[in-house]
Amino acid sequence: MNIIKTDALVIGGGAAGMAAAVEIVERGYKTILIERDNNTGGVLNQCIHNGFGLHVFKTELTGPEYANLFQKQMNEKGVEIHSNVFVLNIDNENKSVITVTSKGMCEYRTKVLIMCTGARERPFGNLRIPGDRPAGIYTAGVAQKFVNLMNILPGNKAFVLGSGDIGLIMARRLTLEGMEVKGVAELMPFPGGLARNIVQCLDDFDIPLHLSTSVVNVKGKKRLESITLCEFDKETREPLKNSIRDVEVDTLILSVGLIPQNELIEELVDIDCVNRGAVVDNYGRTSKEWIFAAGNNVAVYDLVDFVTLEGKNAGQSAAEYISKGNLPEKYREVLRGENVGVITPVRVCTEGAPFTFFIRPKKSMDKARVIICDGLKVVTKIAVKPAEMIDITISSELLKEIRKRGIEKIKIDIEEVK
Amino acid sequence: MMDKKDIVCISCPIGCNLHIEFKGDEVIVTGNRCKRGENYAVNEIKNPLRVVTSNIRVKNGKYPLASVKTDGAISKNNIFDLIEALKCLSIEAPVRIGDVVIENFKDSGINIVVTREVDEEM
Repeated sequence: MNIIKTDALVIGGGAAGMAAAVEIVERGYKTILIERDNNTGGVLNQCIHNGFGLHVFKTELTGPEYANLFQKQMNEKGVEIHSNVFVLNIDNENKSVITVTSKGMCEYRTKVLIMCTGARERPFGNLRIPGDRPAGIYTAGVAQKFVNLMNILPGNKAFVLGSGDIGLIMARRLTLEGMEVKGVAELMPFPGGLARNIVQCLDDFDIPLHLSTSVVNVKGKKRLESITLCEFDKETREPLKNSIRDVEVDTLILSVGLIPQNELIEELVDIDCVNRGAVVDNYGRTSKEWIFAAGNNVAVYDLVDFVTLEGKNAGQSAAEYISKGNLPEKYREVLRGENVGVITPVRVCTEGAPFTFFIRPKKSMDKARVIICDGLKVVTKIAVKPAEMIDITISSELLKEIRKRGIEKIKIDIEEVK
Repeated sequence: MMDKKDIVCISCPIGCNLHIEFKGDEVIVTGNRCKRGENYAVNEIKNPLRVVTSNIRVKNGKYPLASVKTDGAISKNNIFDLIEALKCLSIEAPVRIGDVVIENFKDSGINIVVTREVDEEM
């Protein structure tokens, strides 16, 4: 088997992986990025709409433009990109990664590994919707790849299940490409995506949004012929039987959530059961000292900008680990208090550099206080909602204070301000 | 003639709830967190504007399509005209980010530019 030695190996060429690779190579270490597709950029390549980069570049870019800025940096700075490489196994003892490439099997031996494998869309099978299993049911990302990369229209009449941003954006995209989008259904009584996307993707094109509604049956022999919609009571979640109705469509688009992809490391490192991703500290380090992780495989972020920042952070830490041979070991656990759902990082090393917590609140609040360590730091935020992560910066002074006071668990609460 | 209207600002992901009041010819906007909200509200009343993104066919390219965008906002009423215009066009690879595919679309002063690099097919 072919053996390749490197200082740093990044798995996954999406937003997190590209940012991490640039940071490491900039510090003078040999960096290889492996990607299973034939091009880097990940999902950014098919997200042709604009709105990316407001935090990182202070301007609105489309997905391909955002990816291109990092692809150029990787080329200029000398990141070695190995595409069409598929990882089979990670060997913790030998710090090696076994892969299949177009030229056969290849073993990568590395000092550090940065996992940037992203997330996968929740598939139809996972929803347990009864009925037939015809062609014509696609996840939003697959439909997006068909339309924006392959020049294929998935059907004529579509319905979208789930009101996440990708679903809303696909409703508009398919309409512009000539499909009739009959509506969007959302099981929750409020939309999953941003208000701006309800306006510019649905309202602009008169696409109806059905809240507290879901698809309860799909029918069709070979191709999808119709779906059955049912409304649910907002409080009891009981189905409202007189609301049941069929809609004739040949295409059902699913925008029902993302699942972090951790098959390669889930038996090696600790996994957080709420984030459904690798447990990482503020260095982006997993529970194995040579393995770092960043991006949607750690937790599903709202904005690519946040993923880029996490990728950069993991890259910087990985470079520091290569140069010093170790990083401070002692960490404190983060304790989820009131209204805290997904949060990263879930461990904090107080010797580390300043960092940012990304927190998904469990419910919508007009005004909320984010309370760190029972009042050591309090930040007031307006219009807090589960669809938008809150970012809270933790300074070196605050880390020093936590050390000084001997606080063992870093508790975070989100409290509604009435 | 209505004298009040509530809309959601689409200038950024925050999505402020804008409240618009009309006093004669004057438009008074409240609820915006920044200047862009006010501009958006005034445009939304007079002539709603949108940035549009789509694709254009590429000949002899590594990929069949290149993504494109308007380099500024165009009138909402012209969105489908733009999509139709793009359907009738194709460009030759290689294409670079920023290449103009339609200049001064419908005399709006807005160009349609490429947002994806597509190399020639080897």
